[in-house]
Amino acid sequence: MTARLTARELTLRYGDRVVSARLTLDVPDGAFTAIVGPNACGKSTLLRAFVRLLKPADGQVTLDDRDVTAYPTKALARSLGFLPQDPVAPEDIRVRQLVARGRFPHQSLLSTWSAADEDAVTAAMEAAGVEDLADRPVHQLSGGQRQRTWIAVVLAQDTPYLLLDEPTSFLDITHQYQLLELLGGLRDQGRTVIAVLHDINQACRYADHLVAMKEGRIVAEGAAADIVDAVLLKEVFELPCVVVPDPVTGTPMVVPLPGASS
Amino acid sequence: MSALVLRGGPVSVRVERRTVVLTAVLLTLIAGVGLLGLSYGATWSSPAKVFDALSGGRGGVVIREWRLPRVAAALLFGAALGIAGAIFQNITRNPMGSPDIIGLDAGAYTGALVAITVLSGTSVQLAVGSVLGGAVAAAAVYLLSLGGGLSGLRLVVIGIAVNAILMALNSWIVLRADLEVAIAAVGWSAGSLNGVDWSDVRLPFGIIGLLLVAMVVRSQALHQDALGTELAVTTGVGVDRLRLQLVVIGVGLTATVTAVAGPIAFIALAAPQIGRRLAKAPGVPLLPAALTGALLLQGADLVAQMLLAPVSLPVGVVTTAIGGCYLIWLLTKEVRRP
Ligand SMILES: Nc1ncnc2c1ncn2[C@@H]1O[C@H](COP(=O)(O)OP(=O)(O)OP(=O)(O)O)[C@@H](O)[C@H]1O
Ligand SMILES: [Mg+2]
Repeated sequence: MTARLTARELTLRYGDRVVSARLTLDVPDGAFTAIVGPNACGKSTLLRAFVRLLKPADGQVTLDDRDVTAYPTKALARSLGFLPQDPVAPEDIRVRQLVARGRFPHQSLLSTWSAADEDAVTAAMEAAGVEDLADRPVHQLSGGQRQRTWIAVVLAQDTPYLLLDEPTSFLDITHQYQLLELLGGLRDQGRTVIAVLHDINQACRYADHLVAMKEGRIVAEGAAADIVDAVLLKEVFELPCVVVPDPVTGTPMVVPLPGASS
Repeated sequence: MSALVLRGGPVSVRVERRTVVLTAVLLTLIAGVGLLGLSYGATWSSPAKVFDALSGGRGGVVIREWRLPRVAAALLFGAALGIAGAIFQNITRNPMGSPDIIGLDAGAYTGALVAITVLSGTSVQLAVGSVLGGAVAAAAVYLLSLGGGLSGLRLVVIGIAVNAILMALNSWIVLRADLEVAIAAVGWSAGSLNGVDWSDVRLPFGIIGLLLVAMVVRSQALHQDALGTELAVTTGVGVDRLRLQLVVIGVGLTATVTAVAGPIAFIALAAPQIGRRLAKAPGVPLLPAALTGALLLQGADLVAQMLLAPVSLPVGVVTTAIGGCYLIWLLTKEVRRP
């Protein structure tokens, strides 16, 4: 698999707190990459570096062999779409208006609502299952409805790369799987998906490429079937468990052992 | 929600129906108070006479040369203050983060006072002095609240402190000035449109016009910025450059108005929030802020002229009286906010 989006020898830090040192990652193009790891291991930090929200202290992020900081802001926004872990909507905004904000990188001073904008917003709301909420104020939605609205915002941005930080955290089980199927479908259309996921079984089932992180390092990466076993889980999550084949897909399935938390 | 979509060639826009209706209503009201302003004076002129004067009729000199510049100034300055308020309330994400509260008016006024007392006080000196004063005040507030970021209550609280210091400084300058200058400055210190004529406003109108054009160009990015830094950046807004441009526009508007009319308080604070509530639009929208500002300032100036007629009060006295009540209400609401 080729990689057009890469991180080279990244050192990421907030002030004096170094989160990652000399981290290198090639994001396989046209594939679904899932990043897993315990809380505070630096998953969000890595995604933020990819979309240049965080300037690396050292190393660089490149898209098509060009440093992401060398792109004009709007041009990069037409390539990389990003969903933060906890975005906040402006006051008094309605679902359709918020989703329309995803079109910003495609708009200009004179063209703020082209037919293409309208089509993309409608399609994004349908895909995320929020078309029935279009006229509702975002602040009156449930956590899951709101999360699906944000997903629609990123889908409306219509980028070849989608970087999603915990897109399923507020969703019920049905909507979680719907979203993962949706992301798989986008991958099938040739898009590159990078998502931070906390459910390792879902990550194993849907991701083509799994990245396991701990304390800012990449401990293992590759196809789930090749890397996920009890040893890895013990190392990354300190979780005693057995790994069995998923009865439906045959991908690895993690079953924690009793008394695992003690 | 019902919206109007206009498309033709490379141009496409979408406007909420509510915004269109609100704009029409506000423009009608503005035309009404504008007409009233042209009619009102030492002698009452009928609307017919006003229209005759405006179309160049003989005997319309009082209306064209005295009342018209004053009404035009009230409308344009009101719009400028409304926009400046909306800019800073958007940047600080706080309804109290408006230039009159965080000391920019007071700073601009300090600059103007220095221009009068130290220099000779020509209108160019006044304009430059105000802009510099406003910019220094903005820089001071920004540097002092650094660490807290541009947004939030911290900046507002520091701004209120800077405002108080600058007001004290302004009083001190006036007290030390020559009697003549001091009397002129005091009348002006509350913010006043008394005696404004065309020669006073030509240059300011030009500057405000340019700044408003710049604002229109950046208005979509301003609203996109309301998504928060993360999404603003990743959807294509260069936020650092944008915010600097916005501060320049906002300080420029505030300082230009202050150079001519003195620090007119509370229009910048109240107009954007009233406009926002009327428009029910997300964030703090600019057009309703501008129209509400124009309406408020012209309305307040009418009250200022009528209240103790034939003596004309400084319009700032009226805006402060109304705006002070609004500020108290806002403060109690902000403090209670979780
Ligand atoms: N803005 C910040 N300033 C300082 N430190 C930060 C900041 N954001 C994150 N950190 C720290 O960096 C480390 C990595 O945080 P990060 O958000 O990347 O974790 P994460 O893997 O996404 O965790 P989670 O699963 O809880 O979302 C943590 O120790 C965190 O406290
Ligand atoms: Mg995170």
